[in-house]
Amino acid sequence: MEKSASSDSLGSKPSSSRQPSVDSLSSSSTSRSDRSNHTKPDPSSDSVSTSTNFSPELRVLRDANKLAQLEEPRLLPKESIQDMAKDVTYVCPFIGDIRGTLTVTNYRLFFKCMDKDPAFVLDIPLGVISRIEKIGGASSRGEVSYGLVCKDIRNLRFAHKQEGDARRSIFENLMKFAFPVSNNLQIFAFEYGQIFPGNGWKVYDPIAEYKRQGLLNESWRVTKINDHYELCDTYPAVLVVPVNIPDEELKKVAAFRAKGRIPVLSWIHPESQATVTRCSQPMVGVNGKRCKEDEKYLQAVMDANAQSHKLFIFDARPSVNAVANKTKGGGFESEDAYQNAELVFLDIHNIHVMRESLRKLKEVVYPNIEESRWLSNLESTHWLEHIKLILAGALRIADKVESGKTSVVVHCSDGWDRTAQLTSLAMLMLDSYYRTIQGFQVLIEKEWLSFGHRFQLRIGHGDKNHTDADRSPVFLQFIDCVWQMTRQFPAAFEFNEYFLITILDHLYSCLFGTFLCNSEQQRVKEELPKKTVSLWSYINSQLQEFTNPLYVNYSNHVLFPVVSMRHLELWVGYYIRWNPRMRPQEPVHQRYKELLAKRAELQKKVEELQREVTSRSASSSSERAGSPARSITPIQTFV
Amino acid sequence: MLSLGSGGGRSTKPSFVSYVTPEDMKIKEKEEGLKRSKHPDLLPGEVVFCSANHVLKYTLEDASQRGVYGTLLCTNFKIAFISDETSSQETAPPFKNKLLRQNDIPLTCVDHIYGVNDEKKKLIIGCQVKSKYPSKLIIQCKDLRVFHFSLIYAKEEEAKKIFQGIVHHSLEPKSLKCVFAFSYCETASPSKASRKRSRTLMFETKEDWSVELDRTKGKCKVSSANEDYVISETLPQFFVVPFAVSDDDILRFHGKGIPFWCWSHHSGCALFKMACLPAIQEDGISQKYMHRMLDAVTQDQLYPVKVEDLSSCLPALQDLQLSYNKFKQLFLIDSTTEFWVSDMKWFSSLENSGWLEIIRQCLMKAVEIVDCLESAHTSVLIVEESCSDLCCVLSSLVQIMLDPYYRTRSGFQSLVQKEWVAGGHSFLDRCNHLYQKEKEVPAPVFLLFLECVWQLFQQHAPAFQFSETYLTVLSDSIHIPLFSTFLFNSQHHRDTAMKPGHPEAQRSPLNFPSVWDWSLQFDSKAQSLFTNPLYVEKPIQDKTLRKTAHQKHQRQLSLPNTLSKPSPRKGFFKEETDNLKKIFLGKRVGKWLNPTDSSKELYESWQRKPLDYQGLLLPYLDGPAIRVWIQRYLRWVPEAQIFGGGSIATVNRVLELAGEIQNLQKEVERRSCRMDSSIAWTPVYSGPPLCSRLSSFPFTAMHASSFRPAIPSSIRQSLGSVSSLADKEDDDSQVSGVL
Repeated sequence: MEKSASSDSLGSKPSSSRQPSVDSLSSSSTSRSDRSNHTKPDPSSDSVSTSTNFSPELRVLRDANKLAQLEEPRLLPKESIQDMAKDVTYVCPFIGDIRGTLTVTNYRLFFKCMDKDPAFVLDIPLGVISRIEKIGGASSRGEVSYGLVCKDIRNLRFAHKQEGDARRSIFENLMKFAFPVSNNLQIFAFEYGQIFPGNGWKVYDPIAEYKRQGLLNESWRVTKINDHYELCDTYPAVLVVPVNIPDEELKKVAAFRAKGRIPVLSWIHPESQATVTRCSQPMVGVNGKRCKEDEKYLQAVMDANAQSHKLFIFDARPSVNAVANKTKGGGFESEDAYQNAELVFLDIHNIHVMRESLRKLKEVVYPNIEESRWLSNLESTHWLEHIKLILAGALRIADKVESGKTSVVVHCSDGWDRTAQLTSLAMLMLDSYYRTIQGFQVLIEKEWLSFGHRFQLRIGHGDKNHTDADRSPVFLQFIDCVWQMTRQFPAAFEFNEYFLITILDHLYSCLFGTFLCNSEQQRVKEELPKKTVSLWSYINSQLQEFTNPLYVNYSNHVLFPVVSMRHLELWVGYYIRWNPRMRPQEPVHQRYKELLAKRAELQKKVEELQREVTSRSASSSSERAGSPARSITPIQTFV
Repeated sequence: MLSLGSGGGRSTKPSFVSYVTPEDMKIKEKEEGLKRSKHPDLLPGEVVFCSANHVLKYTLEDASQRGVYGTLLCTNFKIAFISDETSSQETAPPFKNKLLRQNDIPLTCVDHIYGVNDEKKKLIIGCQVKSKYPSKLIIQCKDLRVFHFSLIYAKEEEAKKIFQGIVHHSLEPKSLKCVFAFSYCETASPSKASRKRSRTLMFETKEDWSVELDRTKGKCKVSSANEDYVISETLPQFFVVPFAVSDDDILRFHGKGIPFWCWSHHSGCALFKMACLPAIQEDGISQKYMHRMLDAVTQDQLYPVKVEDLSSCLPALQDLQLSYNKFKQLFLIDSTTEFWVSDMKWFSSLENSGWLEIIRQCLMKAVEIVDCLESAHTSVLIVEESCSDLCCVLSSLVQIMLDPYYRTRSGFQSLVQKEWVAGGHSFLDRCNHLYQKEKEVPAPVFLLFLECVWQLFQQHAPAFQFSETYLTVLSDSIHIPLFSTFLFNSQHHRDTAMKPGHPEAQRSPLNFPSVWDWSLQFDSKAQSLFTNPLYVEKPIQDKTLRKTAHQKHQRQLSLPNTLSKPSPRKGFFKEETDNLKKIFLGKRVGKWLNPTDSSKELYESWQRKPLDYQGLLLPYLDGPAIRVWIQRYLRWVPEAQIFGGGSIATVNRVLELAGEIQNLQKEVERRSCRMDSSIAWTPVYSGPPLCSRLSSFPFTAMHASSFRPAIPSSIRQSLGSVSSLADKEDDDSQVSGVL
C-alpha cells in the first residue's frame, strides 16, 4: 500500500498541493510512509480557515493559543468549525493516552496532539460514526469520557476534564453533525462544493454500456416502460429485456416478481450470447402460484442464447430460507413450471447473519488480536466463510456462462443485496473491462446503484438509529470479494488496494453523493448529480494514486478465483489497518514502481542516443546526398 | 538427460549394462526390448531393483478412476513411473530437475505408503509385508506429492515384486552405505568442474572462518584444537572461540560448555552458542569453569552477556515433529471431496497443528536476541543441550535479520554451511534418511528454519536476493539422497563415511556433491528462477555512507555503552552472574524478559524509520502476518491452483520488467560505445503469457484447455450456531412493511 489508507486525504488532495501533513487518519495508520508525514506542520492551514465564523468563546481560545491554528484541520470548501476543545484525552488502545485539541466541524472530527513528534493526528469524517455513547460517570481523575463506535472497524474514546459546558457542547455538536438526518440537517455532501476536472456522474451511461456489451441485437431490446419508475421504483429507467416480450407482458411479469423487479439483462457474453439476468423472487406463495408471462419470459431468456437449451436459475439463498419465504408469498421457481430450467441454491445467508458476522469480526480484530487463538477466532466469526460462499456462487455463475455457454438468472429475495453481489462479481470474472478503474466504476453504478441496492438503509447515512436491522455490510462484502480476487490475480486489475479502501471510506464519509439514497429514482428526485459531487470525480482526478503498477490487460481472459479457505485471507489492510503493528501491504508495488521509473529513464536514454546518432549520421552523411536520416526507433512505452 | 550437465568430463554414453548388477539381469533379459524404449534415464551408479508393467497411475485432477498406464520401477535411488503415453507425459515441465523427472520419487522422499484393498486404506509398515499385495498403492512424499498407483492390471508376479521392493527399499531401516550417494559417487567421475568455488563458504577450512571473522570484524580466534577430530567427533575441525578460551578449556569437556562464536555485530558485541555441560554436580570445578567461559564471552568485561537457554522457551524436538506431522497432513489430500471437506475447518485445523505458532515463537525468540545485540549491544549466548538443533535455527535467523549479506544467495548458503553443516546439525538423524526408528528423534528442524526464512521473505521480499522458489527447491533437496549437505550428522561423520572402504585401496576419498552445486539439478535457465527480481541490491556507490557508518561504529567501540549510556541492562552481567550459573548447573531459569515488552521499543524505532532492505529486518509476528507457505504446501493440490494468478504472477511481471530493463541497459551501452550504429532496436519480449500459467508455476504444468475452475463440492456449511438470525426473513422489515 503505497498510500495511507486514508479517507481523509481529501482536504489536501484536490488542491493538488499534496501536502501530506493532515491527510492521514492517525499516526496509527498502517502506512509506513505516512508516519513521517506528520512532522511537517501544515503550511496552508491558516489561509484556509479564515472564512470560518467563530463564536466569541472560540476566538478567545484561538487568540490565547497561537498553536491553535496549527491544531485545526485544513478545511474543505463549505466546511466550518463548529466546536473546539483543548486538553482532551484520546484514549488510544495502541499507544495509550494522548492529550490534544479536539475540533468538530460539520464534516469531521479532528484531534491533534502537538506534543508528540511527529504530531499525532486523528482525522475522521463524522459519517463513519455509527454511535456515540457517554461512558460512565466521572472517573477518579475527574474526567468523563465518551466513546465513538465507527463503521470502519474501530472505536474511539475521548476523555475530558469535567468542566461542564465544554464537554457537553462537544458531545452535542458531535451528536448533531454526525447524525444530520436525525436532526433534520443536510448531509455534508450537499454542501461540499469542490470542483474536479471531470464529472463522475457521467461515468455511467446505460445505453453506452449496453452497446459496449454488443447489444442491442436481434434478441434483446431496451424498454422505456420504466422511464418514470412506474413499473418498478427500485429499478433504473433503462432496462434490457427480450425482444419478444412486449411491455404489456412486462407488467404482468412485474406483478409476479417481488417489488416488481422483473428479470432484466445484466451482461451478455460477446461470443456465446449467454446472458446474466437478474431479478427478485417469484411470488409463488404456499399455493404454488404460476404466471404464464413469467414462464414465457424465462423461456425467451433461454431462447435468446442458441448455444444452450437450458437455463440455470441461481437462487442466492439457502434452500431453507427460500422455502420459508413461501409463507410470505415469495418462493422460488419450480422446475415443473419452468421447463428446461435448473434451480440451484447458493446458500448465502441473509443480511442479519452478515451483520452479526462483521460484529464478531470487529471483536476479534479490534483493538487487539489474541495471538495464540487468532485462526480459530477468525474462523468463529464465519466472515471468510461468507466471503467464500459469495465468491463460490459468483464462480458457479461465471463457469456456467463461460464454460457451459448457458444463460443464467440470478435472484435472492428482493434482488438488491445478494443478487447484486453475485452478478457484479460474476461480471468481474467474465469481463476484463470491469477490472479497469473506469469499468469498475461502471460496474458499481450499474449493478449496485442503478439496480437499487439500498445504500441509505444498509449504511444508515447520518442516521443515529444504529440498531436498525436494515443495516448490513453487503457492499463491504462485495469489495472484500473483489480484494480477494485482486490477491489471487495481482496483475489482472487496473486498480490497487488503495482504490478499494478509498471506495469503502467514502461509502461512509458522506462527502460525495455517490452512495446516498436507495435507488435511482430517489437520486434523480434529490438531484444528486446536480447538488453533490461524485466520488468518481475525485478518484478520476488523480488516477495514478489508484493504479496498480502490475496491471496487464489480458482481455477476454476469464478469471476463475480459487474459492477455498486456503486462498482466502482476512483483508488486513482494511480490517486491521488501525493497528500500528500491522505491516503495510504490498511493498512490492513500491519496488515495482521504482523499476518502472528505471525503465522509463532508460527508454529516454535510448531515445536520446538514437537521436544523437541520427543527427550525427545526418550531418556526417551530408555528402552522401539524399540519404534520409533514419527515423527514431519506436520505443515500447506501455505501463 | 543422461548427462549431468555439470559433470564436465563424464561420458554421456548410455551404457546400461554397466549399471546392472547380476541380480537384475533376469528382469533385464526378459524385457530387454521393451525396456530399452522406456527405461528411465539412470544416473551413474543407479540400479533397477524391480519393475512392473501395466501399472495405472491415477490422475488426481478428477476423482474418477482414470489414469495413465505405465511401468513402475524401483531403483536404488528412486521409485519411478514411466508412462506408456510418452507424448503427453514428456511435455517438459517448466522446471526440469536433471536428477528427477515428474513421476520420480527418491527413496528417501517417501513419507508414508498406504495400501488400499476393497476401499480400505491401510498404512503399510516396513518389515511386516506379507506375500499379499494391495490392489492400490498410495505413496505420500516428503515434498508433499501424493501418488496413486493401481496394481490390478499388472502381472501378479511383477506386482508382488514391485510392492515388496518399494516397501523394502523405502520403509525399512538401512545402513548409510546403502544411500544412493555412495554408489553414485563411486561410479560418477568426480565433477571437479562444478566445484569452481561458488562464493559459498563451506567452513571446512581455517581460511573460511578467518574470512568470516574479518568480514564481521569479530574479535575472536580460529581454533584448530580439534584438527583431525582429536577432541570431539561432533565438532568441526575448525571453529571460532573467544581469545580467552584455551585449548585446554576445549579439551576439558570435549567441547561442551565452550562458547562458539557465530557472528559479530558492528558494535562489537557478538552472538555465541554453547552446548550444555554434561550433568554436573555442584562441584566447584565446573562452576569455576563456567564462570571463566562467561568471562571469555564478555571479552574482558567489554560487553555484557545475556544467556538464552532454548530448552526453557522453545518446544522440544518431539513436539516439533508431532506438530509438523499434523500440519503436513492438511496438504496430503487424496480427493476433491476431501479437499472441500477439510476446507470447512481450515483455520482451526491450521491452528491445532501448532506449526505456525512454533514458527512464530522461533521468530519471536530471534527478535529478542536481535534486540539484545542491536539495541543493548549485549552479547548473546544461546545454550542448548547439543547446540545443534534449535540453536542453529535461532542463530541463523538472527544473522539473517541483522546482516544483509545472509540475504544474498551465496551469503545464505554460507550461513547454512556455517551454522548447520559445520555446526554439526544431525541431518541424517533428523531427516531420518535411514529409517531407523528408535535411534534418534527425527524432527524437521532445518525445514523449520526454512519456514521462518520464508516468513521473512513473504513480508520483506525486496530484501532477499533469492526467491521463494529457491527456498522451496532447497526444502525438496533435503530428501534427495545425494548431497553431502544433508546426509551426515557431523563433519567427522562425513569424512569417515567418505573414506574409501579399505584403507589399502588405492582410491581417493569419495567426493559427494554439495547441494549448492545447483547445476547438478537444474540448468541455468531453471536456476534463473532462484533469483528474486524484486531484490533491492546494495547500492554500489556507498563509500561515503560506509565511512560514516564506520565512524559511528568506532565511536561505540571506544566508548562501550556500559560506561557512556546508562542502558536499562547496565550492570546486568554482574548482578546476574549467579543466575547464569544456575542454568549451567541444570536449573532452568524462566524467561529473562517478557518478550513482547522487551522488543516493543525495537519495533517502534525500527518502524519509525523508512524500511532499509539492506538494514535490520524484523518479522511481523501478529497472527495475520504469519502465513502458510502456499508454494511449498499447495503446489501439488490441483484444486488450489489459481489459473493465471497467484504470487507467481507478480514475480513474472517483475521478471519481465527486469528483463526489459536489462535489455535497455545493454542497448544504452551498445549505443554509447558504437555511436555510429543505427541499427533499429526492437525490445525483446519472451516467455509464455502470464494468463496461461498456474499459480504453482514452476512446479506443475497444466494446459489452458484442461483447466476447470474448482467449485466447492459441498457448499453446505457449518453455520449451525448462527441460530435465529439465519431463519429470520431476509430484509424482513421491508417485507413486513409491504405485506
